[in-house]
Amino acid sequence: MALDTTDTSSREPSGFHPGQTPLRHPRTSVGSGWLRPHLGWAIVGAVVGYLFGHWLGNVIAGGYTVAQNSGTNNVAVVLGLAFLVVGWLTGIGALNYPLLKLVGREPAPAMPETSWVRYFRMTEDHKVVGMQYTIGVLLFLFTGGLFAMAIRTELLSPTNRIFGPGVYIAIVGEHGTIMMMMASSVVVGTLGNWLVPLMIGSRRMAYPRVEAFSFWIFMSGYVVILTAPFLGGFPTGWTGYAPLQTQAGAGMDAYLVGFAVIGIGMIAAGFNLAATIINYRAPGMTWSRVPIFVWSILATCALLTLATPTLVVAGLFGLLDRTAQTAFFVSEHGGSAFLWQNLFWFFGHPEVYIMALPGFGIVMEIMPVFTRKPLFAYKVAAAGMIGVALLSFFVWQHHLFQSGINPDMRPLFMLTTELISIPTGFLFLVTLGTLWKAKIRFEPPMLFMLGMLFNFLIGGVTGVFLSDVPVNVTVHGSFFVLAHFHYTIMGGLIFAFFGGLYYWLPKMTGATLNRSLSKWHFWTMFIFFNMTFFPLFFVGLLGQPRRVFEYAQNLQPWNDFSSISAYLLGASFFLFICNFIWSIYIDPKRAPRNPWGSLGLEWQTPTPVPWFNFERVPVVLADPYHYGEQDAPPVADLGESELVTAGAGRAVVGPPDGEGDGDPRPPTE
Amino acid sequence: MVDHKSTPEEADAPEPSAPSTGEDGASQASEAHHWWRLITIWLVVSVLADVLFLALVGPHVPPGRMTSTAQGASFDFNVLIVMALPVMIAIWVYMVYAIVTWRASRGGPEPAGGAQARGHFGIQAGWIGLTTVIVLFLAGFGTYELVQPEGAGGGQGPNPIWTPTSHTVLQVQAIGQQWKWTYRYPSFGGFETNQLVVPENATIAFHVTSLDVIHSFWAYQLGVKADANPGQDNVAYTTPKQLGTFIVRCAELCGLWHGAMYNSGTVVTPAAFESWAKTTEAQLAANTKLLPPFSYSYVPDANGADGGYYPDNVDPYSTVETYGAPQPASG
Repeated sequence: MALDTTDTSSREPSGFHPGQTPLRHPRTSVGSGWLRPHLGWAIVGAVVGYLFGHWLGNVIAGGYTVAQNSGTNNVAVVLGLAFLVVGWLTGIGALNYPLLKLVGREPAPAMPETSWVRYFRMTEDHKVVGMQYTIGVLLFLFTGGLFAMAIRTELLSPTNRIFGPGVYIAIVGEHGTIMMMMASSVVVGTLGNWLVPLMIGSRRMAYPRVEAFSFWIFMSGYVVILTAPFLGGFPTGWTGYAPLQTQAGAGMDAYLVGFAVIGIGMIAAGFNLAATIINYRAPGMTWSRVPIFVWSILATCALLTLATPTLVVAGLFGLLDRTAQTAFFVSEHGGSAFLWQNLFWFFGHPEVYIMALPGFGIVMEIMPVFTRKPLFAYKVAAAGMIGVALLSFFVWQHHLFQSGINPDMRPLFMLTTELISIPTGFLFLVTLGTLWKAKIRFEPPMLFMLGMLFNFLIGGVTGVFLSDVPVNVTVHGSFFVLAHFHYTIMGGLIFAFFGGLYYWLPKMTGATLNRSLSKWHFWTMFIFFNMTFFPLFFVGLLGQPRRVFEYAQNLQPWNDFSSISAYLLGASFFLFICNFIWSIYIDPKRAPRNPWGSLGLEWQTPTPVPWFNFERVPVVLADPYHYGEQDAPPVADLGESELVTAGAGRAVVGPPDGEGDGDPRPPTE
Repeated sequence: MVDHKSTPEEADAPEPSAPSTGEDGASQASEAHHWWRLITIWLVVSVLADVLFLALVGPHVPPGRMTSTAQGASFDFNVLIVMALPVMIAIWVYMVYAIVTWRASRGGPEPAGGAQARGHFGIQAGWIGLTTVIVLFLAGFGTYELVQPEGAGGGQGPNPIWTPTSHTVLQVQAIGQQWKWTYRYPSFGGFETNQLVVPENATIAFHVTSLDVIHSFWAYQLGVKADANPGQDNVAYTTPKQLGTFIVRCAELCGLWHGAMYNSGTVVTPAAFESWAKTTEAQLAANTKLLPPFSYSYVPDANGADGGYYPDNVDPYSTVETYGAPQPASG
């Protein structure tokens, strides 16, 4: 029969057809390397920008009564941070393209670069951006983790203080903000950016400059958030409730600018990924053949693009309240503190699913490979994630159950919150169905997937407890909530993320990770994670509110147990760092082209993946889950000169891949 | 398996039928076998878990039995646990069973792909139906348990919609401020104290408000939690059923000393309460005159917005209806 590729091939956008661009370029760089924009210039730009903005703010508002009375000129701080971001983006070269276009000059085309310097530049290669994001997420995660260690240290004793209350509250805010806004929300950028074009058979992202921009603006957000401790920290935690926000010191400005900047990065990342998934699928990559991970990213993008603008606007309102003396959140002047809560959680609850959905996608994507079975109930899985994305816009007021706003709406939000557990539960239907009569290989990625399911079940079920208003009266704002969302986000997403790294790093880096170190990392992380956070359910039920540094004497054993486990949990990440550095830099062992025997399109490319991913845009013939079938159709037609055996001379970037055996079957055990 | 050299024609072949027919009979038989084993293990473990939980933990579930709302919350928690345990055990039993039975190192048969492994209408419909039923039941049950006991001890805002039928409701105002709780008793001249004393067997209406930022009034053993919003009243009802002391904590991050913002209260007999209230009213009469008149909410302190609070040794009270210094706008 004839393939129905004629109509779908028109999906390849006209104008810039990847095939028109030569695969090999005569030059690998333009101009002198060190003068071109890179991270160093970004840092210079940030410093200059901050100083300029601070000076400007003092010129504008230095004489204002409010600045003179309080001793802090918030206008100067806000402008300083805003120009820090602008200077950073200028230094990294994010503004070159639009500015050159603006003055009518044609910017130089993007060139593939082979030197390691490309990781410190603004680049249009989604694989480089994906690696930048990977290192970024790990950086955010470990920074936030150090703050977590400090929190658990303070909680070793119910009364003795290691930090003063001001330092402690600043640490709590930094931990929450970095973990929620940076480490967890950026996971979509890591694996999403690296994998989506390869999975849908595309040679590029829809908006590669927007993609690179999203990463570098995230990094500037990280810098801004980290300036907060030097400005006195912010006392509000990551939720930033007004009017505490309005009365807080200059550290709050860093929080608000940081959130707005990170929000812009999230919107940019979401738009780019959504446009890529919708428009850049290879011929034959119909919606029923799209890998389930891509579905999860698409659902996440819906949230990134639709929910995040609310956060940016809320941050802007907060900044205006603090600088221009508006009263969006000041009730005695006609504003409302509820407005911040509503805006924040209208973003904040979808944000929770921005963190959860990529985790679901990773688990469902990896499960079939290690069970050697097709994904069970593919359509239910895709529909479930879309359903979660839709419903997540209708649940935000469960964060305000005890706030006194709309008390009559509580049954409705209880219902919607509990309804969302139906599509969320599809994760278990799909994965358990995939396990049925399977042949499970306990490779490190699979261990992380099973660990994620174990943790996420606890996190999900306790979420139902929280949604029940009468029970919520007790657990709201307590350590029970804290344990719940650590189980969903860390136990869910971060486990899935590390499983995903162990699974895809051999393709991303071309190196094999040490198997026994990987397994040790899993077991230590899994055991100590549960030892850290499971006792906190009881701590919360027994009456300990969140973000406190003094608690009841009888809760000390629970807290100490949790703290010691937390140190061990923190130590378990050193196994990952050691493994990462050892296996990739010190003693790299070349990874086979397809070490896990996956049918996914991303594994059919050579390692390292060439600059344009596929020599010829593949024609997709089936979904990538035809495991365990005797007469399974081929997943894709990669062209006459198969890339998998292309070998020397074909790969543009990096050494040629001569060892790929082209055998997608699982290694025999 | 992937075959890159295969011609496109092969791709559209009809879905491969289930694996070789020879195994079909055996696999069908063992399928039922797996199901029965799983259901049996699940039934035994979850009944055991539920019974053990109800017998050992159920009576002691937080927040205890001190008030009507605390009892309600404990009951709800028990109902949720009794429903949640079988669900969680079902999934864990299945996972352990799968890991033990179907691990590759045991050598078992190659898994069968095909339409059979890609979905099963009955299982999918059953799963969706069952979870929907559970969820709708929980939502209905939660709503009933929220409406029937007058809001279940949660903050209902300034105009509560689920109010107690009892005619004698004692009003107690809880005022959050950075960083302590004070209480006013409007039925006794509106005196303000930092002692929270409530009578047994009387319906209490807590009117929670704040003078500066958002706090949350969490009387743990009473099963009451209501946010203290500046300039707004937030009402929560409960009826103490036991004598004893209870802890009040702030459950919403309110700044520097949030972690140390707590005190305790007591439930006493109605007679003891009456005498305590009358005595305290008389003792504090001079102070009460200086207080702003009792109101369900107060204009936030102008100093509060700068993080200040009035120290105990300074007379913070003016005769205008404002705690602390007058507002710059009004003054």
